[in-house]
Amino acid sequence: MRGPDPEPVAGPAPRTIEGASLIGQRISKLDAPDKASGRARYIHDLNLPGQLHAKIRRSDRLHARIVSIDTSRAAALPGVHVILTAQDIPQRGLGVNKDNPALKGEKVRSLRDEIAAVAAETPEIAAAAARLIEVQYEDLPAITDAAAARAPGAPLLHDNKPGNLALTFDYEHGDVALGERESDFVVEDTFRLHYVTHCCMGVSGMIAEFQPNGRLLLYSNTQVPFLHKREFAEILEMDPGDIRIIQPPIGGGFGSKLDIYPFEPICVFLARAARRPVKLVYTREEEFIASPTRQPVILTLRSGCRKDGTLTFRTCTTLHDNGAYTSWGATTPFVMMQTISSLYRLPHCRYHTDAVYTNNPYAGSFRGYGNLQATFAVEQHMDRLAEAAGMDPLSFRLKNAQDPGETSLAGLHFRTCGLKDCLRTAAERSEFPVRHRRAAAARNDGSRVKRGVGMASMLHVGGGAKIYPSDGCGTILKLDDFGRVTVMTGASEIGQGSETVIAQLVCEELGLPMSAVTVVNNDTDITPWDVGVHASRTTFIAGNAAIGAARLAREKILRAAARLAKSDVDSLDLHAGNIIRKNDGEIVMPFAKLLRALHFSEQADLVMTSFYYEPPSKHQDKTFKGDVSAAYAWATQVIEVEVDTDTGMVRLLKVTAAHDVGRVLNRLGIEGQIEGGIVMGQGYAVTEDLVIENGVCRNPAFRDYKLVTAPEIPEMDISFIETMDGEGPQGAKGVGEAPAICVAAAVANAIYNATGVRICALPYTPERVYRALHAAGAG
Amino acid sequence: MKPPAREITFTLNGRPRSVEVPLTLSALELLRDVLGLTGTKYACGEGECGACTILVDDRSLCSCLLFAVDLDGRAVTTIEGIAADDASEPLIQAFVNAGAVQCGFCTPGLVVQARHFLAHHANADRAAIKRALEGNLCRCTGYQKIIDAVAERVAALHERGEEKDARSRS
Repeated sequence: MRGPDPEPVAGPAPRTIEGASLIGQRISKLDAPDKASGRARYIHDLNLPGQLHAKIRRSDRLHARIVSIDTSRAAALPGVHVILTAQDIPQRGLGVNKDNPALKGEKVRSLRDEIAAVAAETPEIAAAAARLIEVQYEDLPAITDAAAARAPGAPLLHDNKPGNLALTFDYEHGDVALGERESDFVVEDTFRLHYVTHCCMGVSGMIAEFQPNGRLLLYSNTQVPFLHKREFAEILEMDPGDIRIIQPPIGGGFGSKLDIYPFEPICVFLARAARRPVKLVYTREEEFIASPTRQPVILTLRSGCRKDGTLTFRTCTTLHDNGAYTSWGATTPFVMMQTISSLYRLPHCRYHTDAVYTNNPYAGSFRGYGNLQATFAVEQHMDRLAEAAGMDPLSFRLKNAQDPGETSLAGLHFRTCGLKDCLRTAAERSEFPVRHRRAAAARNDGSRVKRGVGMASMLHVGGGAKIYPSDGCGTILKLDDFGRVTVMTGASEIGQGSETVIAQLVCEELGLPMSAVTVVNNDTDITPWDVGVHASRTTFIAGNAAIGAARLAREKILRAAARLAKSDVDSLDLHAGNIIRKNDGEIVMPFAKLLRALHFSEQADLVMTSFYYEPPSKHQDKTFKGDVSAAYAWATQVIEVEVDTDTGMVRLLKVTAAHDVGRVLNRLGIEGQIEGGIVMGQGYAVTEDLVIENGVCRNPAFRDYKLVTAPEIPEMDISFIETMDGEGPQGAKGVGEAPAICVAAAVANAIYNATGVRICALPYTPERVYRALHAAGAG
Repeated sequence: MKPPAREITFTLNGRPRSVEVPLTLSALELLRDVLGLTGTKYACGEGECGACTILVDDRSLCSCLLFAVDLDGRAVTTIEGIAADDASEPLIQAFVNAGAVQCGFCTPGLVVQARHFLAHHANADRAAIKRALEGNLCRCTGYQKIIDAVAERVAALHERGEEKDARSRS
């Protein structure tokens, strides 16, 4: 469903005054002053009168039948109000496979499993009570290896899931056997991708309150408030209309808040039972242990090309360790297959994946959504095939890169496609060809510290992703009689800057300064529907919705102004808070005066408009063919590394990134997204490793889970390739996930360039690199 | 049973303050949960992330690692104190202008740390700025724009020839 006018999102608004556009400017975030001065109130900072504090008692067994739960000692602790176990709440499963009950009654399947929950006067009492709950278990054989979980006779985690198979995907185009016969060179590797986790600086939390009228008010950090209303309603057996979600400022998302997790309904059930507001906030240790991870993957890739460098086929199988329950991690193949099938022109492709249950932690969605894993493998094979064919990595990629207007054999239609420009720009700015040749020639010069450059590209959705029945977003615009605009948008702000970009797009249409706009984006009782912050979609989708509403308002205002000023609509424009004459820029009347005149006239009217934008993307068919996004984002990154062959230490010296972003809207914001994404990718590639040994998380603390710090960041050189996407808001495409996606692949290729050793497993910690170099005799 | 407690007196953001604190209470809990100064953030509770950075007698410290009772007799400055100090307005504005704020959860700790650093190292180069921010984790920005914000202040202090009184003017 489109809004009333199919045209208004098609291109930039007409501008009559030179240099007046906000587009492409460096605009600081609207919420930055409050955040920088400590005034922003996150969920951790909010407390309601009469509020109780909650604590969850988790399993200390990997896989066990629960024989008994004794809450009597905990209940006797002064200050304890409510203790809930599985028998107190409906046994409905959460998540993709509905396999994860909020509280586990019959058995536990991982160390994070929720067995009971306490609401008490203070967090300390709640924690003490949770410890006093006595649980008797009968241990069951545990599986912590994904391959073992598939073996015949392996113990089953879920009785209704034979073979421990949680989810499986198959994709095919062409005939890979034919493709292999036509190949002059074939390479095959198995890549192992590890556990990492989001590490949002604000830990998970929620406040639940049943209001006097029976409605449920949730203070939540969710990235998908409107979808959550429905999910909560199902779990709680409530009318979704009786649920209101308010999102305070959110201390980081990155995909971690895309699913509903047990702690959330637990908090609500406690509030219902206690008849008091209940606040549940994780500790950092709990955040590490009980939050979703990035999907760990074992990926086997076989690829081929002809002598002239033309790609012939790609066969990929992946094994996803699903953990004990199914969250979004198991669905990452949906994105992975786009990279495998369509990052380059590819005649033959086959992809199969299994996600299998184990007693490990489960994976969720995480910025990039499987694409870091797929790109890590595909882009290393691009380098391996280039070398086999005697070509340099740049020419090999250019030969196989697609052009604007092409449709990949998976059905992805690239209306705009800046990949070749990304490749050339990144290569030129980094002096890739000469540095690559020089480093390869110096590999055996006997020096201890070696340098190398690596290149990797990526393809990701940049115009939303049609995975739900709708991929749309609504906007309501309200103009008051002082010329101030309130933008009510369904889009959530999680730090990425959507609030600012939406305000900017509205101001651009209405000729107003940024100071004239208030954005309301965090209350489901006020804001119109939106599918959520995911898939790099917010600027594109919510931006188009905001522009749509602003253009309706603009039209209404200009028509009224023409009536009052007795002139032709087409002769008027909006600029700098005034109605002006187009031809000479002469002020006809101030914006605010017109709005007041309208408001107080005989035919009193308030300027309010609404617009719902649904992108023209379609659902893929059952074979995963079709155009899933309204636009696609492209990027190439060249990374220079230094490898100390004595210690195995890998340092990132410089990242030269070229991103097809459609068009730069807010230069400050987009730089921030790309820099932050690159450094997150650096962590994935080099420092971060959530160590899960036999189902146990061994490093649930920043002390041992190594995030990148300020002195370790590389020099970053960022270029924007502006392809002016016809469907994008002012030509822009999504960018949120893209910068993190190809870092690890480029680092892998750079290490190879420096040392001649290809390491197919992450992360590139000193120990792993040292061992690999020495095993290969290159240390 | 009431936990053992002690009355302490200290200077909080320039004003004297007396409060009875349980002996096991951390300075972070005192500020956030007792005194309502929620600009100082909990993000790890073990001194690894810097989100809870405060100034105590002109040293920058992780308040999660300090006992509240140890604030007795000291001068404490939190982000609220810095935000209310006109002399720090350019620093906060530098964070805003540079795009150093995304989700913002780490930002108050970084502003406090930057304030402390600028007061003592007004001639710092970029490498020194990076080292000074090493103890503050940020998951959103990739640090570049945070470093830019502090570097802008260093340059501005230089330009105005205020090295001499930089201690009080950062």
